[in-house]
Amino acid sequence: MTPNPYLFIIIFVGVAIAFPLMPLALAWLWRRFFQPPKPGLQKNAIYECGVESIGDAQIQFRSQYYLYAIIFLIFDVEAIFLVPFAVAFIGLPVGAFIAVLVFLLLLIEGLIWAWSKGCLSWAR
Amino acid sequence: MSEQIDERLRSELQRQGVWVTSMEELYNWGRKNSIWPLQFGLACCAIEMIATAASRYDIARFGGEIFRPSPRQADLMIVAGTVTKKMAPQIVRLYNQMPDPKYVISMGACAISGGPFKQGYNVLKGIDRYIPVDVYIPGCPPRPEALLHAFMELQRKIDSQKLTGDARAVHLQPTQPSEFPVPAFGAHDLEPAANPGVFQPPRIERQS
Repeated sequence: MTPNPYLFIIIFVGVAIAFPLMPLALAWLWRRFFQPPKPGLQKNAIYECGVESIGDAQIQFRSQYYLYAIIFLIFDVEAIFLVPFAVAFIGLPVGAFIAVLVFLLLLIEGLIWAWSKGCLSWAR
Repeated sequence: MSEQIDERLRSELQRQGVWVTSMEELYNWGRKNSIWPLQFGLACCAIEMIATAASRYDIARFGGEIFRPSPRQADLMIVAGTVTKKMAPQIVRLYNQMPDPKYVISMGACAISGGPFKQGYNVLKGIDRYIPVDVYIPGCPPRPEALLHAFMELQRKIDSQKLTGDARAVHLQPTQPSEFPVPAFGAHDLEPAANPGVFQPPRIERQS
């Protein structure tokens, strides 16, 4: 008689679960029976490159940082698209040229908006 | 126990193709050939340490290739370079955060005694004032071969460590500390200036 064809999948699933669990279990057994049990305040403390950790890890960022993200996007995306545009400039048809100009206009619009909001001035 | 088997019998068996060993030897053999150092350099000695890890000197031949960026996974701390008093508490804390068993190589004149900066106001006069050091390497800086030699000395030390009995390794003795007090910045110096449990100042004997 032939075994159920889905039996192999069950075997594979079993092996796939046992394979990562076995080293973890072995490591746990090793820790349980052979590890020199020497915990300590500093050994259990948070690793912060050797200095004492200050405060909490769950801190909040100001939502105003989205302005920096937008300005970064303007300059970064512009540079990425402008370089191939400049390289292929000679062979470009008029339609592609106008398309790139429209794209530039959109980004410059964003820059003007950020400028008028005062994001580009250093000290606020 | 390697003491219980006759060495001549052992070599005789080895010649016949029978390899006899003990759990302790096997365990230490595994430990000494998989020493993971802490990736951690302080000054110019760190450049030599990097050269030792790179392909020309290749510390990987001795099982020390995996420099871990976290003390949680490291066995060996190579104190490579000048230890300033500003940096000393961090080094002791990193040492404390390493799991047992842990070993320290004090690399170069600065890490041993302060070296050329010993008379300075801001350099620690030897990392062995705060943490126990297993192997010292003299030199300014020591060449990679010297670091390899120290590494092999450490391997020899690990190989000879006992796992049971009264003379067993320090990390297996429950009464021995695994953490050492971190010095604090005082008004003029680190406080305390040395850990008396680890460091005794050298006694000067004058001949009259």
